[in-house]
Amino acid sequence: MTGPAILLLLAGLGAIAWVSARARALRLQTVARATGRRDAVHSLPGYHGWYVALWTLIPAGIFLAVWANVAPGLVTQSVLTDPAAQSLPADGFARSAILGEARAIASGLQAAAFNPASEALVEPYRTALTEYGIAGAVLALILAFAGGAYAFTRVRPDFRARTRVERLVMASLLIASLLAIITTLGIVASLLWESFRFFSMVNPLDFLFGVKWSPQSAAMGYGNKDAFGAVPLFWGTIFIGAIIAMIVAIPLGLMSAVYLTQYASPTVRKWMKPMLEVLAGVPTVVYGYFAALTVAPALRDLAVSIGIHGASSESALAAGLVMGVMIIPFVSSMADDSIAAVPQSMRDGSLAMGATTSETITRVLVPAALPGVVGGVLLAVSRAIGETMIVVMAAGLAANLTLNPFASVTTVTTQIVQLLTGDQEFDSAKTLAAFALGLVLFIVTLLLNIVALRVVKKYREAYE
Amino acid sequence: MTPMTEEQHNLAVDNPKMTARDVKVFYGPKQAIKGVSIDVDMDHVTAFIGPSGCGKSTFLRTLNRMNDTVASARVEGAITLDGEDIYAPSMDVVQLRARVGMVFQKPNPFPKSIYENIAYGPRIHGLAASKADMDVIVEKSLRRAGLWEEVKDRLQDSGTALSGGQQQRLCIGRAIAVEPEVILMDEPCSALDPIATAKIEELIHELRGRYAIVIVTHNMQQAARVSQRTAFFHLGELVEYGVTSEIFTNPRQERTKDYITGRYG
Repeated sequence: MTGPAILLLLAGLGAIAWVSARARALRLQTVARATGRRDAVHSLPGYHGWYVALWTLIPAGIFLAVWANVAPGLVTQSVLTDPAAQSLPADGFARSAILGEARAIASGLQAAAFNPASEALVEPYRTALTEYGIAGAVLALILAFAGGAYAFTRVRPDFRARTRVERLVMASLLIASLLAIITTLGIVASLLWESFRFFSMVNPLDFLFGVKWSPQSAAMGYGNKDAFGAVPLFWGTIFIGAIIAMIVAIPLGLMSAVYLTQYASPTVRKWMKPMLEVLAGVPTVVYGYFAALTVAPALRDLAVSIGIHGASSESALAAGLVMGVMIIPFVSSMADDSIAAVPQSMRDGSLAMGATTSETITRVLVPAALPGVVGGVLLAVSRAIGETMIVVMAAGLAANLTLNPFASVTTVTTQIVQLLTGDQEFDSAKTLAAFALGLVLFIVTLLLNIVALRVVKKYREAYE
Repeated sequence: MTPMTEEQHNLAVDNPKMTARDVKVFYGPKQAIKGVSIDVDMDHVTAFIGPSGCGKSTFLRTLNRMNDTVASARVEGAITLDGEDIYAPSMDVVQLRARVGMVFQKPNPFPKSIYENIAYGPRIHGLAASKADMDVIVEKSLRRAGLWEEVKDRLQDSGTALSGGQQQRLCIGRAIAVEPEVILMDEPCSALDPIATAKIEELIHELRGRYAIVIVTHNMQQAARVSQRTAFFHLGELVEYGVTSEIFTNPRQERTKDYITGRYG
């Protein structure tokens, strides 16, 4: 019996269980209600239905999930006891290739055998697959019946089915949230593990404080010393994401927030705010095109025309400018919220002193909103240094340690992409360096986020 | 200017600081003030009383054009300060507000130090030439606001860290610091406890004569204690305006009498 058929059958059983348990509960409760005691009836009939249906489905479902993982091993075991399996080669690799092929033919995924040795094993495989398939289906159905029957016998007017069902709802919500957390922990663990492997090959101090980055030379056998100094990457990341992008994003974001909260009429605000927020929804790869094809060549021409030497067509400035534009909505929306959260009484107080609107903004509103704005900027920085697409397309690959914004620099994310693109061996320091870079990036953005959220939260409390 | 009608006013003001003639205020289509005429006297404290929503705060806010900040608000009629029309195009609202200060219902010190709260207005209006000048202004304003002794050792602490009553006196000091001629107080004690309220009332007594003071209050005992002139507002109209003691003991209008005896409000 096939998987989908069993699942359909189980679903049908569940539906029957729901309908019959509900009907039974309704009947029993009608009788019980006639006694006139208030506590004679507890849960609504629907809860009884769900209770029995869940008892029908969950044990059988769990069993099927386990079985799906255990059965292939059992099938192989039984095939190996077949006389035809005695001629299998002892070499593990050839052996599993033959077994795999026989299995594929038996389950109909493959039409004919490439290796004649697997022909003989097809029949035993087919038998074993059928047997275990039927066994699994029968066991699942028995469990479904047993669970359903047990629950059905518990249907009484005063049985607290609602409490049980609610408890299960809570448990499934808990599991859903735990899954997200566990995934995050898994990602961190894999980052840590691969980074640990990297740091067993390369001294962490060389990595964190070295100024020469050329992983290719390490891969070509020149040794790991002096090849993994990540400072140029850190500098490039900070230069683009935290300096150039912020020089663009902070003033523009702040000023647009001030305009939108203080000067714009409601109609203008209604139109401009969503339009500004559209910027945040543009895919970063589109920004990347724009940076690489439009902004970068224009900046190079500009640099050449004003006589700057060493201007590259992939420049820190191009990537940083475009990234700054991308970040504007983050800054402006956080600043907008914080300025709007400053109480109206503060504004009135200042205006009543004879301050103009702009004096009120610069001397009262912005200072009062500053913590929130700072929080928004920190979040924006953390977003900017983790940004990948724009810098991959526009910032270049040369690990230069330079202050010249027209020169090509590279960033942590760009290098991660470079190190992991294509076929890579996962035992060389060159590939593993990507994980160490990822770990540094992760820690930095995590810290920025924590600090930013704290600042914002502390500020929010100040006016409540 | 239309003369004030005798039935509303049992009072002649010889030298009014501010005058209002037939002032109407609209919020969108809704009329909040229906033709109010009143003279505010320099030497006395004037109280505006009336039930909630009667328009007394709205009218107060027209006196320093704080209604300008409400987009839908529209003011008709004439209001003068020392004979000068404050709604005339030539009137600079910034200067007007420096001359007509305001204290709000809820203390609203800026999230700055005590010193900076007081120095805010003088800085904006360029009243102090040096740090020493500013120190003098800050001390004088805090003394007049009756707060100096309590805060002189911690001028750099945040204004928001003071108690509610101290915050309100800080706000009064902040208004005094720009040397206004008129101080408008919009229910200045409604967020304060009785002891802090008593201090503010005492302060109003001390400030009287130096500034023309208008206080909006919903507390009739307070009006009786601090003011010498009382105006009773109801449903956007000025029902009666007169000497406080007369309003409270011998009101001319039936509505005033009903309100003062607690029949509504």
